[in-house]
Amino acid sequence: MDNLLSIVTFIPAVAALIMAVFLRGDDEAARKNAKWIALFATSATFVVSLFILAGFDRNNTDFQMVEETTWLMGLQYKMGVDGISILFVMLATFMMPLVIAASWNVETRVKEYMIAFLMLETLMLGVFMALDLVLFYVFFEAGLIPMFLIIGIWGGANRIYASFKFFLYTFLGSVLMLIAMVAMFADAGTTDIAKLLVHEFSYGSFDLLGIHVVGGMQTLMFLAFFASFAVKMPMWPVHTWLPDAHVQAPTAGSVVLAAILLKMGGYGFLRFSLPMFPVGSDVLAPTVLWMSAIAIVYTSLVALVQQDMKKLIAYSSVAHMGFVTMGIFAANQQGIDGAIFQMISHGFISGALFLCVGVIYDRMHTREIDAYGGLVNRMPAYAMIFMFFTMANVGLPGTSGFVGEFLTLIAVFKVNTWVAAVATSGVIFSAAYALWLYRRVVMGDLIKESLKSITDMGTRERVIFAPLVVMTILLGVYPALVLDIIGPSVTALVTNYETALAAADAVSQAASQ
Amino acid sequence: MSADLNIILPEILLALFAIVALLGGVYTGKDGVASTLVWLTSAAMVALAAWIGLTGEGTNVAFNGMFSDDGFSRFAKVVILLSTAAVLIMGEGYMSKRGLLRFEYPILVALSVVGMMMMVSAGDLMALYMGLELQSLALYVVASLRRDSARSTEAGLKYFVLGALSSGILLYGASLIYGYAGTTLFSGIIQTAVHGDVSVGLLFGLIFVISGMAFKVSAVPFHMWTPDVYEGAPTPITAFFATAPKVAAMGLFARVMHDAFGNAIPDWQQVIALISLLSMFLGAVAAIGQTNIKRLMAYSSIAHMGYALMGLAAGTALGVEAMLVYMTIYVAMNIGTFAFILSMEKDGQPVTDISSLNMYAKAQPGRAFAMLILLFSLAGVPPMLGFFGKLYVLRAAYDAGLAWLAIAGVIASVIGAFYYLRIVFFMYFGEEQAEGLDANKSTILWGFLMASAGIMVFGIINMFGVEAAATAAAAALVN
Repeated sequence: MDNLLSIVTFIPAVAALIMAVFLRGDDEAARKNAKWIALFATSATFVVSLFILAGFDRNNTDFQMVEETTWLMGLQYKMGVDGISILFVMLATFMMPLVIAASWNVETRVKEYMIAFLMLETLMLGVFMALDLVLFYVFFEAGLIPMFLIIGIWGGANRIYASFKFFLYTFLGSVLMLIAMVAMFADAGTTDIAKLLVHEFSYGSFDLLGIHVVGGMQTLMFLAFFASFAVKMPMWPVHTWLPDAHVQAPTAGSVVLAAILLKMGGYGFLRFSLPMFPVGSDVLAPTVLWMSAIAIVYTSLVALVQQDMKKLIAYSSVAHMGFVTMGIFAANQQGIDGAIFQMISHGFISGALFLCVGVIYDRMHTREIDAYGGLVNRMPAYAMIFMFFTMANVGLPGTSGFVGEFLTLIAVFKVNTWVAAVATSGVIFSAAYALWLYRRVVMGDLIKESLKSITDMGTRERVIFAPLVVMTILLGVYPALVLDIIGPSVTALVTNYETALAAADAVSQAASQ
Repeated sequence: MSADLNIILPEILLALFAIVALLGGVYTGKDGVASTLVWLTSAAMVALAAWIGLTGEGTNVAFNGMFSDDGFSRFAKVVILLSTAAVLIMGEGYMSKRGLLRFEYPILVALSVVGMMMMVSAGDLMALYMGLELQSLALYVVASLRRDSARSTEAGLKYFVLGALSSGILLYGASLIYGYAGTTLFSGIIQTAVHGDVSVGLLFGLIFVISGMAFKVSAVPFHMWTPDVYEGAPTPITAFFATAPKVAAMGLFARVMHDAFGNAIPDWQQVIALISLLSMFLGAVAAIGQTNIKRLMAYSSIAHMGYALMGLAAGTALGVEAMLVYMTIYVAMNIGTFAFILSMEKDGQPVTDISSLNMYAKAQPGRAFAMLILLFSLAGVPPMLGFFGKLYVLRAAYDAGLAWLAIAGVIASVIGAFYYLRIVFFMYFGEEQAEGLDANKSTILWGFLMASAGIMVFGIINMFGVEAAATAAAAALVN
């Protein structure tokens, strides 16, 4: 199995192609076929991806299962995984069958819908496995196209504004990264990520347009990459596209967006920004830490006043991603461990929360919080599940949400106590908005006439939630499951980062003497 | 002498073909032969392209250096011939349906192609002008081919007046260059025009020549004719304007800049960089307000010329290679896009309003999807081939120290993405309406659309060998 990674990546694309070419008509049977093919393809991808996990040597911090072929312009098609990327791959393959199952009620243009999601899966997997700069960019950017269509075609009332905003915002962020990539290509003479990781980019300070740039090229490149990943994450203050996109996207689109697409930003920071531009990262880390702290508090407060459930959860996502960036730029073992853990766990929890919204949206066709109340009377199972994920979102010990937040807070406490103090208050706010949401939607008396006949979750819905519940508890009580896999690679990353900084320090001290 | 004639044999053959076809047309006196003639012309062009592309090798100079047949010109000629052949075949159905298919049409196109082949091979200011005028005169006529339409004649007239003006400017520049360099041969000029030692007169001449050529590639600030001519001319003619003449003018541009002024790169680099910058931004911004898809494509082509000029502004072999790759991809995209535009009809009448595409994806999912791919490719979104074209020029510009231009270019591409997305919006997100466009049954248009979309997707695997050819072509031009 030399091409395992490529096989995993392209199974969904091949399924999409088969569907596009062979599936005709728009009758009941064709829709059913489209759904089953998509479910089968995503499940098959998950099963095959288990082989990656099985064959992965966790003590080896190099890239594994590498495939390499030459490509245009002296680029290469190179794929591989290491401790940092493998769990994102698993997260994506794990979530996609659930996403497809959650879309079982889609009735308009089902074939196109499934094709869009399958293509999206291929592109997301490609992002996490690509080991060539341009290949990464191709996967990273191409994901915009299916997502643009998903929001634009199957979205809510204001979908057009949301889809354009989503596309143009993220596109603008990433074109600057493209320029930085061209600059890296020119500087290092290669686009091979493995080689770029050991290449030292220049960090001599210089003046640009009258501004003194500390950290030189590294700082500029860091900023260019930051523009892209910060938008993707999304970080405050460039997060405004996310609530719009989430609210307008169909349920499955929101799940993919929250659970997987946002993680590309965090992965990018870990794969590029931190290891390749250590000096640039060091220069800007305090700023990023404060931005994260502000994001956590500010978006939590904004979440408090939302009328729309999806918007509330979207703002909560931004807050949780604040913990991730905080952990990453604390740049120590706990911080990065915690950041990756938080991303994986947020994938399950926020995905599940959007699915929870989807369950009642499918029945009532509104996401207004005021339209609900007292659901516990007619939907006990739903109330239970929603309670569980609300608690996980708050970070209750015993759920995976706790581990990530705790680790990142410890890490940042070591680096910058004030940031940690501010961020910790965000934990309280998150409890406030999440519990208040729960109270307004689920608790109380069922007084609304329209809700009198609402039904509890069906078997399909319960089956979708089951794996998410299991994973959330499992990671909550036994985090080593994740930490053992990422640990060695994170250690290597942190060591390299500190070595590079020490070397840079030594150089600058020698120069000043 | 006969060796010289051997070198320009392809041009002679095509010119002879045009003359014989003209005689034939005149004697039969019927436009009924036009359809056959279109196919014949296309076949002749494909055959010539195959001949030039497969057998040509080395650098051969004819007429004491006035005409050079090298890798660069062969690359450009193959692209010109193939794209013209494609556009002729594509437009045949449209033209005959509307009674526009006169036998002069393929002949004029063939003659303008002879001019283009001359342009990209020019080694002398006189040869350059000759090729340019042969091309332009034929184009002026085809622009106003629809004689009973005020729009079409207006387009032709505008094109002619402004084209004549730009030719005049170019000629004036050429005379200045001749005056200060003492020769019209590129190989002579390059020895006089050495950076640091360029006289003011020569510089003036250079600027005038650049202005004249910028007009031909429709780069800002010499672009004003483009939207009107694109809109007024019959759509197949617009498709032709958007493809082969642009390649030829760009090829000529590169040839003059490198063959004649290759030792004075810093003197023209900033000028072309500025033109490129303005073109990219004007093309991106001005297209936003357009409702007519042909006008929109005009602004789109202005923006694309800006990117191609970015490659030229680099002033390196990599830059020329990037420019050639970009132009090839651009032509391939435009052929598909115009095949789509040609198939836009309602009740048998051509429609060019973008809003008429409302919910097109529902009625014609296959075509809509192909167009979707082309639009994202035009916008430069990966993984389509259009992105790689942009990557080439960005890399060339960055390597040549024009990082600011590269940054401006990507920002313009984000602005430009908006109007391509708008077409996607109409096709996919629009509201249901009673009557959509006719279901066009032309398999030829369908074939070109699908082929073009297929190239945009599968071309990223190896670009069908164009990359290697472009490298060789650029190496032949820039030493």
